Formats: sequence, C-alpha cells, structure tokens
Amino acid sequence: METSAILILAIPLLMFLFLGLAGKYLPHKWAGILGTLGMGVTMVLAYTVAFEYFFSGNSLFIDADGNRLQHVVFNHDWLNFYDKLSIRLGFLLDPISAMMLVVITTISFMVHLYSNGYMRDHHGVWETGFQRFYAFLSLFSFSMLGLVVATNIFQMYIFWELVGASSYLLIGFYYTKPSAVSASKKAFIVTRFADLGFLIGILVLSFYVGFYSDGNITDAFTFTSLTSVPVDGVADTFQVSEGTAQVIRDLFQNSAAPMFMGASVLTWALVLIFMGGMGKSAMMPLHIWLPDAMEGPTPVSALIHAATMVVAGVYLVARLFPLYLMAPAALDIITVVGALTALYAAMVACAQIDIKRVLAFSTISQIAFMMVSLGVTRLDHSVALGHEVHEGLGYMASMFHLFTHAMFKALLFLGAGALIHAIGSNDYTAMHGLRKYMPITHITFLVGCLAIAGIIPFAGFFSKDEILTACFGHSTVWAIWMALVAGLTAFYMFRLYFLIFWWKEHKVHDEHHAPHDQPWTMTLPLVILAVVSVFAGFVPFGSLVTWNGHPITGSGFLTNLENLNWSVAAISLIIAIVGILIAMKMYKKENPLPEKMRNALPALWDWCHHRFYWDELYQFITHRIIFGLVCRPIAWFDRHIIDGTMDAFAAVTNKASYAIRGFQSGNVHMYVWIYLIGAVLLATVTMICVL
Amino acid sequence: MESLGSIISYVVIALAIVIFSILAVTTRKILRAATYLLFALFATAAVYFKLDYEFLGGVQIAVYAGGIVVLVVFAILLTTHPGDNSERLASRSRRLGLVAGLAALAAGAYSLLTRCELLVKAPEMSNPDMDTIGTAMLGSGHGQYLLPFEAVSVLLLACIIGGVVVARKR
Amino acid sequence: MELNALYYLIPSLIMFACGVYGFITRRNMIAMLISLELMLNSVDMNFVVFNRFLFPGQLDGMFFTLFAIAIAAAETALAIAIVVNVYRANNDIDVRDICKMKF
Repeated sequence: METSAILILAIPLLMFLFLGLAGKYLPHKWAGILGTLGMGVTMVLAYTVAFEYFFSGNSLFIDADGNRLQHVVFNHDWLNFYDKLSIRLGFLLDPISAMMLVVITTISFMVHLYSNGYMRDHHGVWETGFQRFYAFLSLFSFSMLGLVVATNIFQMYIFWELVGASSYLLIGFYYTKPSAVSASKKAFIVTRFADLGFLIGILVLSFYVGFYSDGNITDAFTFTSLTSVPVDGVADTFQVSEGTAQVIRDLFQNSAAPMFMGASVLTWALVLIFMGGMGKSAMMPLHIWLPDAMEGPTPVSALIHAATMVVAGVYLVARLFPLYLMAPAALDIITVVGALTALYAAMVACAQIDIKRVLAFSTISQIAFMMVSLGVTRLDHSVALGHEVHEGLGYMASMFHLFTHAMFKALLFLGAGALIHAIGSNDYTAMHGLRKYMPITHITFLVGCLAIAGIIPFAGFFSKDEILTACFGHSTVWAIWMALVAGLTAFYMFRLYFLIFWWKEHKVHDEHHAPHDQPWTMTLPLVILAVVSVFAGFVPFGSLVTWNGHPITGSGFLTNLENLNWSVAAISLIIAIVGILIAMKMYKKENPLPEKMRNALPALWDWCHHRFYWDELYQFITHRIIFGLVCRPIAWFDRHIIDGTMDAFAAVTNKASYAIRGFQSGNVHMYVWIYLIGAVLLATVTMICVL
Repeated sequence: MESLGSIISYVVIALAIVIFSILAVTTRKILRAATYLLFALFATAAVYFKLDYEFLGGVQIAVYAGGIVVLVVFAILLTTHPGDNSERLASRSRRLGLVAGLAALAAGAYSLLTRCELLVKAPEMSNPDMDTIGTAMLGSGHGQYLLPFEAVSVLLLACIIGGVVVARKR
Repeated sequence: MELNALYYLIPSLIMFACGVYGFITRRNMIAMLISLELMLNSVDMNFVVFNRFLFPGQLDGMFFTLFAIAIAAAETALAIAIVVNVYRANNDIDVRDICKMKF
C-alpha cells in the first residue's frame, strides 16, 4: 500500500523531470508513448489503491459498523519550525481523496492518450514542444495528486500553488501567441490573488490556534484531526482519538469566539479560505480567467478546466467541511456565490459563439452547482417535497456531481477538440451539420450533452437530482433557482449540439478534405468516457463517499434509482426536456427564430454575449483606479524621491571623484613626498604626545 | 671594557656602512650603485656576526647579498645600455633630497638621543644554536613562528607565480 | 669604551637617511629599488640590535628580521619583473615615464 502510494506521486514527478530534461533528445513519438505509459501505470496504481480502500473491507479502512475511516498511509516531517509547528508531507486516504485519485488519473490518462493524436496536424507533423507538453502534463498531474492526498492544510497549500504554476505553463503552452501569453498571465494572477485569501485564512486560523489557545498548530491543521471536530452531537466517525478531538474542539471553539466586524474569526478565516477556492474554481467574481484560459491546447482545457484544477476549490471546501459546519454563515456565503455564479454562467453560455467558451461557462456553472450543494448541507434532518432528506446529502451530492461532471465534461471538451482539429476553427458557424462526417464524435458528444442536461439514465441525472434534493431540503428558493439553471443548462448544451451537428448541411468544397473522425488515439478516449458517462450514475456514492463516513444508502447497483426522490426527479427531468425541446425548435433546422429572439431582446443578448462586461469592469478597476490613481503616484515617488536620493549620492560621489582625481597623477615622486611628509608629521605628533 | 680588536672591527664595519651607503646613493653609474649596495649588505652581515647572530648573518649573505643583489644586477644588465650614466641631478632636486634625508636623520637622532639612558647597557652575548632557532621557527606555541613561516612561504609562492605572469613575453 | 646599542644604531640611522635621499633624488627605477633595500636593511639591523641589547633572552627581533629578509626577496623579485616589463613597454626605466596608468 505504501509503495503504491509513493509511486502514485513519484511516477508523474519523475516523468516530468525525465521528459523535461531529456525530452529534447527523444523522438516525439516516444515522448508521447512514454508519458502516456507513465500515466497509465499511475492510473492502475490509483485504481488498486482506491479499490482496496473502498472494497477490501480491511479494518484500517472500514470499521465493524460499516463506517469508512481515514487512513494516513505515510506522513513525514518536512519542515520543522518549532515544537508546535512542523509542516508534514504525507498521503491521506479517505473517501474523497480515493475518489479524486480515480477521477484525476482517469481523466489525465485519457488526455495523455488523446494528445498523441491532437498535438499534430493533419499530415502527422508534431507540434513544436510536444515533449515539453507531456512534461507539463505530468507536472500538473503530480501537483493535483499531491493536492488531493494532502494530509494537512500546509501540504494542500503547497500543491495548490504548484497546480497554479503548472496550469500557467499549460495555458501558455503556445507562448508565441500573445493571446495565450496574456491568458496564462491572467489565470495565474487571478488565482494567485485568490490564493492570497487562502493564505490569510490559514494565517488567521493559525494565529488564533497558536497564540490564543496555546495549541499545537501542526495537529490543528492535520485533516485527520479537523474531521474529528464534533458538530453538535452528530457522530464523528473519522475521529482519530478522543484526546485529539477534545484538543481540537477547544482550539476552534476558542478561535470562534473573537469577533471581527460582526462575524466570528472562524467565519472570517473560512470565508477567506473559500476565496482561494473561488479563484481556482472560477466562482464569480474571480471567474474571469477561465474563459480566456481556453487559449491553451484543448486537451489541457479538458484536464484543467473540466476535471481537475477547477474542482480544487470544491475539494478544499469539502476537505474543511467539518470546520465550515461550525460557521453556517460561511456556508450561506458559499451558497449565494454558487447560485449567482451558476445562473450567470448559464446565461452567458447561451450567447457564446466559440464552442470552447460555451463549455468553459458551462463548467463554471456546473462547479457552482457543486458549491451550492455543499453550501446547503446542514446536519439537521429536513424534508424535501414530502421525503425526508438524509443529513449530509448535499456533501455526497456535490462529490457525486464532481465525479460525473469530470467524466462528461472531459468527454465534451475532448469532443470539441476533435471538432476543432477537424475544422480548424473554434467557431460553430464554421461547423454546422457535421453529424454525417464525424459519426463517432457526434454520438459521444450527444451522450455528453444528455449527461450534462440530466436525462435519465445518464450520469448527470443522478448527481444533479441529488443536488436539487439537497437544495429543496434547505430552501425552496434556491432549489427552484437551481432547477431553472439546470433547465438553462439543457438549453445551451443542446443549442451547441444542434448548431454543430444540425442547423444546415455542411458545405464541402473538396471531397478529399472533408472533415472526418480522428485517429484512434483521439476517438478511443471519447468512446471510453462516453461509456463511463452512461453508467457513472449508477455508482452507489451514498455508501462510498459521505462527509463523516456513515453510509447513507445501500450499496447495490440500482441503489441510486431506488432511492430517487421521484417528485424532485420529475421536476428536473421535465425542466431538462423542456430546455432540450426549445433548443431543438430553435436550432435544429436553419430558421430565423434565433435572429428574432436576439432582436427582441438586444440588451440581454449584448450583456450575455459580452459576459456581462466583467472583463471591462476589471480592466477599468485595474487600469483606471489601481494603475492610474494608486500606482502612478507611487511610481512618481519611487522615481523622483527614492531613485532621486540614490542618484544624488551617485552624482556627489562622481563629482567628488572628478575633483580629486588630480591627486592620482601617476608621478611616483609626488607620492613619495606626500608619504614622507605624512610620516614625518605622524612621527612628530607621536613624539610630542609621548614627551 | 671592549677588547681593542673588537673596537677596531667595529670602526671598520661602521665606516663601511656609512661610506658604502652614501656611495650607493650618490654614484651616477647604476652598476656601481649595485656593487656599493652589496658591500653595505656585507657590512650589515658583519654586524650580525659581531652581535653573535651567526645564522642571521648567513641568511643575510645568502639571500640579500647572494640573491637580491644578483637579481638587481641582472635587471640592470637587461635594462641599461653600456656606458650610460644617469643624468646629472638638478640642484633643486638634490637639495630637496638632502632636506628629506636630513629630516629623517634629525628625527631619528632626536628620538635616539632622548632615549639615551635606555640604550646605554652592556650586551649579553649568546649565540642561539640551530636547535633553538629551528624549534622556534616550526613550533606553534608561545614565541614560536609556524604561522608566519607558512604565510611567508605562501607569499613566496604567490610571488614566483606573479613574477612569471608579469614578466612573461606576450 | 663600551660598545652599547647607540654605536650600532647611529650607522643604521645614517644608512636609512641615505636610503631616503636616494629614493627621492633618483629617477632610475632600479636605483630607487636599491635605495629601498638600504632603508629596509637599516630597519632589519635595528630589530637585531634591539633584540640583542634590550631583550637578549628572546628571539623575536631575529625572527622578524628573518621574515623581513624573505619578504624583501619576494618584493624585489616582483619589482624587478615589473621593471623588466616596463622596460619592454617604454624601452626606458625612468620613473617619470610610467604615469600612463594614472586616473
């Protein structure tokens, strides 16, 4: 077990080092094969580890009552500051980290495989920097895996930043393209700005833990202790030991006590930490980097922006969930941010032309679903449309949606990549009616659309249904809101689908260059992910991944179907089908209806098409206010006062040197005289003093 | 009371030092200046012998008289055309030199004469044997000189390299 | 008559004054070097004399002279290397002609 755990992290890292250092000397083909093989081995190891965790029944992982336990595979001191604070690096195995291992390695492997075909043109010529691309992919996979298996908040932060850095490298892969460079900078700066919140949150918490309570910071930020914080009588199954739990309880109850601007310090710290999550998960208003990040190669979009990096924020909140439960205000903020983002992104997605942008906004919207689902989770029993809702359902639903969304969104992105590769443009107006030319891409893309729209029995249906149930259990307003967003999701996805594959016949100028399905390295991942998207909904998540390890449903194959809350399911199904039908009516055949709609609501179209002018707002704030009003005076001060002082020193030295350089005549006898006179004077003075 | 021989030898040595020093700095032929320097150095070595520092006197003759002066003579032969005399000194420059020399002389003489009573003291002659000198030179205790010895040896090495580099033909 | 320290120090002082005079009046670099050796030598002699007459039990003055001789040898070797080099560049070893390195 420990060997596998180490290898899961070591293989991608070594692959990064090897491909990064020696890749230049390898043939392109071998670099691709090597990278893919490395990731394949990692995937197999991750599967073994996850399988062992979930199904082996080992008493390390599950107790006699069927509760799942947290297991620290290894945990080494890395930086030892003082007796109360040491940063450890380790490998934590619990339901969500095991689940994330599966998700990340699967998607990463698919992307590795797919890139073998994608990263060359129609004549089979490899992209420049192909080996570098694989090195970066490995680095990204390594950092993401390190993030999910983190045993403590510091390790998570380290890998969190590593994820940011490697995503910067991947988004800016085409570094000769100015748009890609600025997109990668934007992504890095925005997420880095958000990480500032994360860092401050950690510091605030450590301050109160370390100084006010005189506690052990290392223990306080180890996740195994965090999850053992008992919340109002609910059983704490992850508990490591009663003693530690008591210590942590005291610590955080103390840190919850001091107030700042009407909220407890704990709430503030958690909201700040959530800000880090907002950056990585592209929640409004820190979402602006994600649509631009589509400048990266499409496999990168699939890996980073569908499956892994953007869910890091959700994962962070899920990781610290027991803490969030102690500060319901923070959860309310998460709900509001998530709900607003979901609606906003869905509206914008309806008015985009670039297919990758549509998918990007759809991702933002779906991530927001997960956030809302976490935000509405409370541990009191509640009722949704006549059925009792299990406590902690929202948490489970969020993780479930994370899992299914990763699969079908990767599928959609890879499908979009195949289309772009075939057509050579990101724009759907260049596509239209491709269904006959690219049948495999067509079918798999349709499966992805059905899954994200939430049609039974595709994966998205089950997870979205759980989310809506959890919302109904908490608040009807948010539930109806999210149900509407789900309808909008179905609409814009099918708008995209019909515009790409139907609308009108594709004009082919030359039979020889007609668009066609891509080589097997690209279609195989599509097919695999499509199959997964069909069946992933039947994974009995309720018995595998819950916030405290208690299974909340049975573990049979049809569990999810049997436990459905049919009234909620009916609502979501009807809304989704209505969305699809509207899209079909408007976009299946070429007709003037969309044009009419646009002309009827010009303002709405404009705002949606321009993404509600968020970028312009940021531009205004950064350029006019920050650069113009703040930075310019500072720059003036720096240039004239600070530099001026230094320049004055330099000028004085210079002038003085010019003035006295005549003494340096090169005439040895003059030096001798000066020396002699000095010596005699010195001797005289000494003599006078002595006598 | 000194023996007559000792006094005579002292007079000879002192006269040699004074005369050869003066000649070394006043002669206009550079090769002669080097020769007078050699004699002055020999006279100094004689002082060392007379003060019973035989090892030091040996070193003085071997290194100073045998090494340095030979080096100087070589340099003179390399850089001077035969028959060259240095130019006659301008009287102003000679006066300045005299003033400086006499000033040094006066300062030294003043400090010597004011401390006369300290210096009027009979010598205790004892020749340090080689065993003592060797132990003192290569020991690291109090009053022993291993560290300066090593420093000087490194300095000499640096000098050899420096000399080679500076005088090398380019 | 007793030969005390003064009898040795006065010739040494004269030697030093000669060195000073020579160093200032001479233009030839080798002649200046010779004057320098005279000064150095007179100082060496002073060390020895003081050691003998004031601290006869110790060897410090003698060792100081010993090391000074070694250092003088090194210094002369280097100085002559420089002189030869200057001669090669200027075809002359007049000290007034080597002010090219000023500033």
